[in-house]
Formats: sequence, C-alpha cells, structure tokens
Amino acid sequence: MAQMMYWEAIRRAHDEEMARDPLVIAMGEDIGVAGGTYKATQGLYDKYGPERVIDTPISENGYTGLGIGASFLGVRPIIEIMSVNFAWLATDQIINTAAKVRYMSGGQLGAPVVIRSPGGTAHQLGAQHSARMEKVFMGIAGLRVVTPSNPRQAYGLLKSAVRCDDPVFINEHELMYNMKGEVPDEEYFHPLEGSEIAREGSDITLFGYNISVHWCLQAAETLAKEHGIEAEVVDLYALNPLDREGIVASVSKTHKAVVVEEAEAPVGVGSEVMAILNEDCFFELDAPPARVSAKMVPIPYNRALEKAAIPNAKDVVAAVLKLFGR
Amino acid sequence: MNVADKKRLLREMLFARRFEERCYEAYVERKIGGFLHLYPGQEACVHGVMEAARPGHDYVITGYRDHVHAIKCGTDPKAVMAELFGKETGCSKGRGGSMHLFDVEHRFMGGYALVGGPFPLAAGMAKAIKMKGGDEIAICFLGDAANNQGTFHESMNMAAVWNLPVLYVCENNLYGIGTRIDRSTAVLDQYKRVCGYGIEAAQEDGQDVEKVYAAAKKAVDYVRSGKGPYFLELLTYRYRGHSMSDSNAYREKEEERAWSKRDPIIILRDRLIEAGELTLDDYKQMDNEILDEIENEIIKFAEESPEPKVEELEKYVLAENDPWVKGGVN
Ligand SMILES: Cc1ncc(C[n+]2csc(CCOP(=O)(O)OP(=O)(O)O)c2C)c(N)n1
Ligand SMILES: [Mg+2]
Repeated sequence: MAQMMYWEAIRRAHDEEMARDPLVIAMGEDIGVAGGTYKATQGLYDKYGPERVIDTPISENGYTGLGIGASFLGVRPIIEIMSVNFAWLATDQIINTAAKVRYMSGGQLGAPVVIRSPGGTAHQLGAQHSARMEKVFMGIAGLRVVTPSNPRQAYGLLKSAVRCDDPVFINEHELMYNMKGEVPDEEYFHPLEGSEIAREGSDITLFGYNISVHWCLQAAETLAKEHGIEAEVVDLYALNPLDREGIVASVSKTHKAVVVEEAEAPVGVGSEVMAILNEDCFFELDAPPARVSAKMVPIPYNRALEKAAIPNAKDVVAAVLKLFGR
Repeated sequence: MNVADKKRLLREMLFARRFEERCYEAYVERKIGGFLHLYPGQEACVHGVMEAARPGHDYVITGYRDHVHAIKCGTDPKAVMAELFGKETGCSKGRGGSMHLFDVEHRFMGGYALVGGPFPLAAGMAKAIKMKGGDEIAICFLGDAANNQGTFHESMNMAAVWNLPVLYVCENNLYGIGTRIDRSTAVLDQYKRVCGYGIEAAQEDGQDVEKVYAAAKKAVDYVRSGKGPYFLELLTYRYRGHSMSDSNAYREKEEERAWSKRDPIIILRDRLIEAGELTLDDYKQMDNEILDEIENEIIKFAEESPEPKVEELEKYVLAENDPWVKGGVN
C-alpha cells in the first residue's frame, strides 16, 4: 500500500475514472489550466483536454446546473466547488434539481453528479470562507452526503460516487489536502453508506466525521494514557444516510457517547446522532450523551478567537471526563 | 409547411386549447390539486418551434406551464391528464404533478418550478449532446420574467463561451404573475438582452404559428449546424390568469381585448378558410371530435386509473440497488 496525500488520492480517483469512461468530466473554477486550488485535478487538463476538464466561469449555480443537465444524458460530471461557502449559491440546483428530479419524474430521470467541495475552518480565512454546509445537505432527501477523513476514503468514496446513479455531495476539508495516509495500490471502492470503527474501545464511543475523527483519535490516546478510559472512535464518513445500525451497535457496547463536529451544534450531525441514540438506544445509555461543537458565531479572523470558536481534542477529553463525572 | 401540415397544426393547437380548458374544469371539480398553470393564448409558440425542430429527438425542457410542451414532444395526453389527477399511470407516476411532467422516452426532460432553473440544465444537455456527438439540440422554453434570474445570465454566458447546441425560446407574455414586464425589467425587448453574450437572437410574433415556424426554422438550423446557441423571443399573451389562484385583476381590459383578437388558433383557422382549404363546419367537426376524445378517452382514463400505492411512497428517492453504494465489486 502506498502512502499518498489526500489531494493525490482525489486526483488519482479522477484520473482512473476519466481514463475508464469518456463521459466522466471534471468541472469547476480554476481546475483546468491552473490544476485546481488544492491540486485535486492537477495534470488532468493536459491529459484529457478542455472538453473534459472544464474551467468554469464564476457561476456556481449555473455550472452546477449545467453539470446536472449533462448528467441527464449520461455524462458523469465531477464538479468542484472551490469552497462550500460558495456552494450556498448552488443550493438551488443541488437541492431543487439534483436531489429531486428522480422522484419528481417517477424514477425516469436521475442526476448522477458528484459535487466536491471543501468546508471548514482553515487558517484565518474569515467568516465567509470558514463555514460548513454538510448539515444542510444531509437533511435533503435524494442527495447522498459523504465526507472522507483520510486519503483512502477520499479516493474510494470519489470512485464509488462517480459510478453511483445518485447525486453525491462530498464534503472535504481545506486543512486535510496535505494529510498523508495509506491508499490501496489496486482499485478500491469505498461504500457510500455505513461507518467505520477508527479505533476500538469499550468505555465510550466518540463519533466524528472528516476532520473531527482526528480530534477524536487524539483525545482517545490521551484518555487511554492519562485516564485509563478506552474510547471507541466511530468515523461517520456517510452523513446521508447516517449509519443508524452502526451508531447503535457501538453505543450498545460502550453505553456512553460523545459526538464531535466542527460545525455549530443546532440542527447538525450531533443533534441527529443524539436523536438516533434517544430513539433506538435509550436504555443502553449509562449517561446522557454529549456534543462537542463550534460556538454559534461567524468564524472570526483573529487567530485566538478563531481557535476558540471551533472545538479541538482537548475539548473532547474534557467532555468525556465530565461524562464520567471526573 | 404544406396545407396538410397546417391543418394538423390547427388541430393540435385546438386540442391543446380544449385540453387546458378541461383541466380548468377538473381543477374546479377538485380532481386536480396544487398549482395549475394553463397555456391558452400561447399555443403557437411551442407548436411553431417544435414543428421546426424534431419532437422526440431533440431534448426539450421547460418551466411549470408545461402540459402542451409535453404533448407536443409526444407524451400521451392521457398520461398527462392522469398525472394531473395524481395517478400511477401519470407520466411522472403521480409524483410530479402539473408542474413536473416528465417523459424521458420522448425526450421531454421535464417541467421545473423554480423560475430560471432550466436555463443551465438545457446548457448541460447541450454539453452532453456535443460530447456524445449526436445531431440533437437542446431546447429550453421559459417565460419573460425568468430572464431576470441569475441563471439566465450565467447560462447565456456558458452556452456562448462553450458554443453549445441550445435554443432558448422566450415566451414573452408580458407578465410574471401580476407584474407587467415594464415594471420589473429594464429592457423590454428580451432578445436584445443576450447581445451582451454574443448570442444570435431574434424576435417574432408569437401568435402566428407560421411566423413562429419560419423564425424557429432559422434558429433550429443555426443551432443544429453547430454554430452555437440561439435565443428566440416570441411575443405572446396568456388568456387566463397566471395560475388558478390568479384573478387577473392587474391587467387592463383593453389590453386583454386587443390580444384576444390575435388568437393563434383563430388566425390559422381563418387563413385556411380564406384559402378555401377549410370550412367552418370542418372546424366545428374537428372541435367536436377533440372534445369527445378529451371527455371519453382522456378524462375517462385519468378517472379510472389507480392511485399510487402508499407503500411505494419512498420509491424513487434514490436509485434502486445501486451496487456502488456498497462499494461495488470489492
Ligand atoms: C425562484 C422562483 N421565484 C419565484 C417563483 C414564483 N413564480 C412562479 S411563476 C412566476 C412568474 C414567472 O413569469 P414568467 O417567467 O414570465 O413565466 P410565465 O408564468 O409568464 O409563463 C413567479 C414569480 C418561483 N416559482 N420560483
Ligand atoms: Mg411571462
């Protein structure tokens, strides 16, 4: 197995799928000649040409709609939206068209598009470049939402998403493109549903997704070393649908749960996981589950304020200790 | 267009008129629910354009005022009426309704309810056509007020910069619901608005189907020959309210009277009568046949069709048994 960076894994998935199927195209702002803001399409323009690696105008709703329209006729667009903060402009086409067209047409027409976009707080990018949108998309019927936490998932999720007949939103993270990890040498397709146990444990379950999986893993190390608590870390790489069974299975074993998300708490992944625990797992719980989430503020520019706005591994440790009454 | 074509077109347009009028009644009878946008007055637009194009071959997309567009593409009117009645036999299996008719087999790629939504979808279909190398074109029918959406400008720009085989037809009926065009739109001639994108454009009388046909022929040939997108504005008028909940109180009676004298069906009918190709009796007989078909075949079919099964409520949300959801072949 090769070590690969997150962006390289995404690039490899593009390349393999484009080589396999001439109807797979990539589109987005600066993805062609410039190779992509995060290099996810580097070199593909030279290899596949301007008809298939398309530098779009800055028209998020327009080019997303164009990709969706092309997908009606069998084209498989991989649309990169430079930042999820710009994806708000494309919500009309993503939600009103892509997610609903199969249903509205009684199953006649699908929109097999992949929309990739990084969200989350990076380094002092300010309020309009630091938001997250997965909580918006995960509540939409007809739209799959996945969010890779490592290069292997980034590669395998994109591979499956391109081939899946449903529209898939892939939530990436600006801070993760240079993360290294193992990716299988042979072709690999990651399931678009389910969850993964990133670390086994018996005392509590920490639920994370995308970047927060890493905060959970860090926290789990501290908890084991310093507090004798063995935390299980469950990676919710699929947000729509959420892995109800996997969530319940882990907590039925550990009897305690903390959900960790980079986004604000209201109407988010945490609230949804807690609702599932409440509905399906209530009598397995030894303590009220907790959430570790961002503060309800537009992300500030100032470094210290920015850090204080979003959670980290220490916050996770603190939440767990509180739950254990320590 | 020869005489036989003209007579057929007259029949099709009269059928469209009677079909829509019957929808109105069915709505009052509460057989049809939701929003219902009818087409009387604008028949020459879709008929003239699609006469110049290839229905069932070219890809057509439009807004919510879509019944006649679907039928002209080849959708069985029975399936359209059944859809309005919310039946399983409807062209969208009762899941879409009046504003969301679909018939992919006939390349009617749907009615969409977000004003301006279809502009980029049509450009995307054109992109796909271009990639696949077919001789089809994409045709997008929308209203005048839709041109004030961002998608209009975004799509015109993309269609032009990528030279896409798409024909945009603007059915300018002077109103967006109750707002007259001069109160919402800085430039009244809609075809002029695309010159900023370097797109070929024309304006034509939308009440005379022969003129529409001639203008559309030019437009369709242009697009099909690979020269790029085209924007055709048709000046027309809707004879009823915007939708069933609309009283039309915002329109001057004088304006309505003037446009009612330019009824596209009457214009063609009288022209055929003057040329000695049709008598008023022929026309009345045609009308009776149509009314009979609508009542005894179409309405009957819709009435007698089964409702969708409630157990199948969640069908069609996602693709069924897609192997890649489970990671495919690993
Ligand atoms: C995005 C959006 N905004 C508002 C509406 C409500 N609405 C429905 S039709 C309409 C007017 C559209 O007029 P036009 O494009 O001229 O088409 P016409 O109805 O005249 O055929 C409006 C405002 C909508 N459906 N979608
Ligand atoms: Mg109008």
